[in-house]
Amino acid sequence: MFYREAGDFKTSYADDSQTFPIAFDRYRYYAVLAVALGIIPFVITDYWASAILIPFLIYAIAAIGLNILTGYCGQVSLGTGGFMAVGAYTSYKLMTAFPGMDMVTVTLLSGAMTAMVGVMFGLPSLRIKGFYLAVATLAAQFFLVWLFNKVPWFYNYSASGQITAPERLLFGHAVTGPNAEAWVKYLFCLAFVFVLAWVARNLTRGAMGRQWMAIRDMDIAAEIIGVNPLRAKLSAFAVSSFYVGVAGALLFTVYLGAVEVGEAYGIQKSFLVLFMIIIGGLGSLFGSFAGAAFMVLLPVALKVLLVDTMGWDTALATHFQFVIVGGLIMFFLIVEPHGLARLWSLAKEKLRLWPFPH
Amino acid sequence: MLDAGQQGYTTADGRRIGGVVMEMRNITLRFGGVVAIKDISFDIREGEIRAIIGPNGAGKSSMLNVISGFYHPQEGEMIYRGARRPPMKPYQVARQGIARTFQNIALFEGMTVLDNVMTGRLNHMKASILDQAFWWGRAQREEVENRKRAEEVIDFLEIQHIRKTPVGRLPYGLKKRVELARALVSEPKILLLDEPMAGMNVEEKEDMSRFILDVNDEFGTTIVLIEHDMGVVMDLSDRVVVMDYGKKIGDGTPAEVRANQEVIDAYLGVSHD
Repeated sequence: MFYREAGDFKTSYADDSQTFPIAFDRYRYYAVLAVALGIIPFVITDYWASAILIPFLIYAIAAIGLNILTGYCGQVSLGTGGFMAVGAYTSYKLMTAFPGMDMVTVTLLSGAMTAMVGVMFGLPSLRIKGFYLAVATLAAQFFLVWLFNKVPWFYNYSASGQITAPERLLFGHAVTGPNAEAWVKYLFCLAFVFVLAWVARNLTRGAMGRQWMAIRDMDIAAEIIGVNPLRAKLSAFAVSSFYVGVAGALLFTVYLGAVEVGEAYGIQKSFLVLFMIIIGGLGSLFGSFAGAAFMVLLPVALKVLLVDTMGWDTALATHFQFVIVGGLIMFFLIVEPHGLARLWSLAKEKLRLWPFPH
Repeated sequence: MLDAGQQGYTTADGRRIGGVVMEMRNITLRFGGVVAIKDISFDIREGEIRAIIGPNGAGKSSMLNVISGFYHPQEGEMIYRGARRPPMKPYQVARQGIARTFQNIALFEGMTVLDNVMTGRLNHMKASILDQAFWWGRAQREEVENRKRAEEVIDFLEIQHIRKTPVGRLPYGLKKRVELARALVSEPKILLLDEPMAGMNVEEKEDMSRFILDVNDEFGTTIVLIEHDMGVVMDLSDRVVVMDYGKKIGDGTPAEVRANQEVIDAYLGVSHD
């Protein structure tokens, strides 16, 4: 009824290429922003922040990053966890070496460092494709985790081999460390998500995104229209790794606070982010958010359902969680291989006509 | 054969044909022991429609792949706009103003028609990654400018109604047209068409022929065309190269080629008693 394209005319090409061409989408987006900025920071509790909101925001960044590489440019990567570790360790080294550096700079530089490492591991993508590239990035994953474990310089020779984020202030409020308040951490992550999602949208709707998608859909044809495959693939690796690095840095500094590399950035993390974009929808920014929300919310929802409501034993519930998550992933892939984003767009198509059948 | 020198000539229907824009000199292409192209020379004049014909396996598509940089001939040289062309990658060839379509459609199936056509403008978009990331001045301006050009070609090829449809959903004939649009929108000097009418019905062939003639007429684009439909070739082209088993067996106007005994023997298969 309200979701209509009809009557929503565009009179310039600039208007037509905007992010939300349909008026209703635009208003919904403003509404989400208003809630995220105007309501949530005032009602947020520690539980909500650490169980749902902050991991959701951080994983959304990682999912957007991986989606740029895999969903938009068609290069499969299993190295996400390793690249997140690069972001985390860069931020740790920066925070300890330059105590005066503010957290925004630290996080952005961590992203930049990860982008460089990503480009390095992206070089083989010029020669190898598909599963073989996946294996090459898998090697990156194991190599990076091994490196951060093996070289004590990375964890400042601490006895435990862990890295711990020292307290840093931003505008007079602690963002990292044990004294950081939930709403500060939330807003800090939200700001990154907002800017990075907007940038991702800009990149994917313009010339850069078309290059990536051209490479994804048919690399020979992309070359024949003048896309340099080297630059297209490496730029995708760079941008993607930047996002993943920022996510890894935030996961360490803001969310976990203390990290042991094999545990926090192991291969499970790579798969987790990959599941997010597959379930959410490859080649869709909305899908990155949907997938991150799904994978973050599902364990919490199951715990509430099984332990708190049905009174199961916690250990039993945790194990069942794996079974249920796995089952749901398979169910989703069979029912809708294009992910939640596709379900969403199908729903929107139906809504356009509703309440009329045709 | 017409020998008009570098000055060019005017065709019977009043189109202006210019000097030689590309010349192939003694091209030989081998795959291991197989000789795909054997010592072939011909030239392409500015503004003409040049057809390459021949039976299956004659080396026509290989010839096109040599021009567009997919294959690198072992012998011979290519002169493009007065200078010898060094071995190039396909994307570099594209940037020199040579666009092409494929025998089996090579579109980006996951993208809309508009996005597919816009990819043809990528070489005209120079905004830096920072401009693009923040959708600043140059990126936005280029997007709008190039969108205008894309829309012109979309209008020209009459595919406005499907501009926001994903290419994967389109029928074959329209896909061919979208592919032509993508090649055309880059404003190529030379447009290579590999069997643009393969698998089409009569009506679609007529449409496509009309578009090819219109493109040549309106934009003055030089067109190199591979086609099996002899009627189409004879009607459309100014000059024809005939290949058989990797060798050139004929070169000239359609009338000359039609009269060439070797061509008749090899390709047309008309009995002569």
